Amino acid sequence: MRRGSEEATSVKRRMAEDGRDESVAADDDSQHTAEDGRNGLNNTMVEESPTLLRRMEICVAEAEKRSGKNAVNMQETFTVYLIETRPMDALAEGRNPAPDSLWRRYSEFELLRNYLLVSFPYIVVPPLPEKRAEFVWHKLSADNMDPDFVERRRVGLENFLLRVASHPVLSNDKILHHFLTEEHSWKEVVYETGFQAKADSRLKALSATFRVRNPDKRFMDMKHYSDELQSHTSQLLRARARVADRLYGVYKVHGNYGRVFSEWSAIEREMGDGLQSAGHHMDAYAASIDDILEEEEHYADQLKEYLFYAEALRAVCRKHELTQFELEMATQDLISKKQQHEELSTGIVRTFSFKGMTNKLFGQEAPEQREARLKLLEELIEEGEEAVKDKTVECEEHVEKAWVDVQRFKEQKDKDLREALINYAVMQVSMCKKGIQMWSNAKECFLKM
Amino acid sequence: MSVGAPRALASSGQKPITEILHPLSAAEEPLSVTVGGDKQEVALTNGTPVETSSPASTSSLFNRLQLDDDLEADVRDPYADSTEMRDLFVTVDDPKKHVSTMETYITYRVSTKTSRVEFDLPEYCVRRRYQDFDWLRIKLEDSQPTHLIPPLPEKFVMKGVVDRFSEEFVETRMKALDKFLKRVADHPVLSFNPHLTAFLTVKDLNKRQGLALLSKVGESVKHVAGGYKLRARPAEFCAMGEYLDTFNQKLGTIDRIAQRILKEQSEYLTELREYGGVYSSWVGSEEELRRPLEGVAGCVTTSCGALEDLGDNMSLDFLPVLREYVLYLESIKNVLRKRDQSQAEYEGRLEAAILRKQEDRTPMPLEVEKCQDKVECFNADLKADWERWQSNKRHDFKQLLTGMADRNINSYEKSQAAWESLITLLQDKQTEDKTSETN
Repeated sequence: MRRGSEEATSVKRRMAEDGRDESVAADDDSQHTAEDGRNGLNNTMVEESPTLLRRMEICVAEAEKRSGKNAVNMQETFTVYLIETRPMDALAEGRNPAPDSLWRRYSEFELLRNYLLVSFPYIVVPPLPEKRAEFVWHKLSADNMDPDFVERRRVGLENFLLRVASHPVLSNDKILHHFLTEEHSWKEVVYETGFQAKADSRLKALSATFRVRNPDKRFMDMKHYSDELQSHTSQLLRARARVADRLYGVYKVHGNYGRVFSEWSAIEREMGDGLQSAGHHMDAYAASIDDILEEEEHYADQLKEYLFYAEALRAVCRKHELTQFELEMATQDLISKKQQHEELSTGIVRTFSFKGMTNKLFGQEAPEQREARLKLLEELIEEGEEAVKDKTVECEEHVEKAWVDVQRFKEQKDKDLREALINYAVMQVSMCKKGIQMWSNAKECFLKM
Repeated sequence: MSVGAPRALASSGQKPITEILHPLSAAEEPLSVTVGGDKQEVALTNGTPVETSSPASTSSLFNRLQLDDDLEADVRDPYADSTEMRDLFVTVDDPKKHVSTMETYITYRVSTKTSRVEFDLPEYCVRRRYQDFDWLRIKLEDSQPTHLIPPLPEKFVMKGVVDRFSEEFVETRMKALDKFLKRVADHPVLSFNPHLTAFLTVKDLNKRQGLALLSKVGESVKHVAGGYKLRARPAEFCAMGEYLDTFNQKLGTIDRIAQRILKEQSEYLTELREYGGVYSSWVGSEEELRRPLEGVAGCVTTSCGALEDLGDNMSLDFLPVLREYVLYLESIKNVLRKRDQSQAEYEGRLEAAILRKQEDRTPMPLEVEKCQDKVECFNADLKADWERWQSNKRHDFKQLLTGMADRNINSYEKSQAAWESLITLLQDKQTEDKTSETN
């Protein structure tokens, strides 16, 4: 069942607008149909095509339970989500075609995201909704099969797809298109890209973080910021859960007034009716907290998205550290090779080397050997210079592209969180109004006592 | 209950019955009221002159001596036009600490404004301490055992647990003392008690307390010989007893619920404060989001303040009143017991007298008749006071509960105002930014 949330539709609207804003209308655009869009694109046509979301309406409409055998041939129950797509131009013309649809489970979304992370290391890749329920307050179920959790996950998955499909770079990716349109062959296609082999090992990345010498200051500041963002959003989520827990307790205890007023009204003459009705309002007050906290979960989900976004931001910064480190390593390697070459050709030993030592101890080597080694070194130096060139390009490209996306992310974050905070304030006003209503009702009953 | 009661009702204990002007019986006395020109001379048929020194008192007295139907209305709803009917106003305020070598204690100012004959002056101002109130209450109980005496706030407080000189404790106690005195002053019989008069007027009560102000207890039914068993309690008094028991139970439950709410709210407040703090600490790492984050932190702080006030008010105004009523119920139950005892005594003596009469034909002894009078007096007083008490109780609880509702509404209103102004602020800024972008 679809939960119509104003917030989600406004975000969708904004993402569609962004998609439109960033597109450059090309002449053959108007002749593009959804079909063409899905088949003909490749990654290099990034800036010239409008984002996917402009051409295709996407939604995650439903969730269903399925049973099947897993990898180790054991019976398991899992949830699948229905992805529906419709061509935008058809809708613009007023037609209402039936949507194309397919079912995907959470693990497939994860696979898609991992592919995007590896293939676009300079992009702050939108996060998925949480794998397991975290920051729960006592009433909320931490069970993945709980219908409320599934519903919120459905919304989160749709949000993920909308963000990806409206991204100026990510939206053009073939694999993304396949994900939305090819139910069964998609997994093979994604594995065929060999992206898993391209993934940087954690150890490599960690080592780079410690040993890099001249990372771009802007990225270091960004990395620091991502830590701050993660810390504050997680603190906020934890504190909010505790507050929700306590607020629940306060409201529920008021329900006891309902019972005692009812019992008391039985022994009263004139006061009886007023007390009895007031008691009902106290019961209603106690019950009202459930809806209030349910609505607040949406705010928590928005915070969680940015908690996970912080991780994606950090990943981009770490990739910079890695490319920079590899460049430094390649440069260092080239320098040392050139030095070795110089020493060998001039005979002047500037620095301590094992070869130099053995030469001194055991005598110089034969001239043929020396020639051979010089030749080898020259080849290596040539390779090394190529490597440095490549690494420099890689590093600079990453910096350039990543900085663009980081700016885009920053603007998006400011807009989204500002809106989230305003919506939170709106929720608080609504809660106060409800409280005033309930107590005013009770007061009227008291006055009639 | 009103005009149907027997004449020999008035029972303030000291004056002979015939001399007492019982307000309820005033309706049956023919009045001589001459209204002419500027001066109105009002006198009652039994010859008691009436103070007419201040114009205000004249009209209020005149009102008090109105015809029956007004009086009946007054009995049914004592709070209708009560300010016009009343001629005795008392207030307790202005607490002050007194430090002496022997002890430290608090005194309160007791102010009286009255037009009654029994008072020499129209206004009085004296200082009293809790002990004095306690003395008054004991004296009232002793001299008016057939009436319901309002309760005092608790006498003993555990030193070390409760600070006897803290502002909150003193204020709570003072309000309860004020209420006690006002209830007594509003009572048609108790308010004429000479002990009350002394309490309100005498400069140094300590000296007077020792003296035997009132030599004889008179018609008091205080001392009842024990050992009499009650045969059949009239249904209405059974009902009263049952009502008191159930009501006591419910009050206890309400007290527990209120305390539990205070506890939960306090814990909520703790978490809420920390929650607001997180928003504040986030501000440091943001630029564009600075204002909304600060705004939210501010609103949370405002809500915390509102919540704190709510809790304080409930502690000061709600819980003490509940506890007072529990004490009230206890004292009423005592009076019921005494009534039972006096009825038992009467039945016992009657039985004995009947047996003796059968033996030697002596007429019904006077003591038995007196006992019968006592019981009937007691029953009538109690019934009258019960109705008055029920009516007051209804008013008090109406006030108490609407007060609780108002405080909660108030707390929400404060919070709502803060959040709404934040929304306005942030939305204005948004439109500001948009227009500056397009310019």
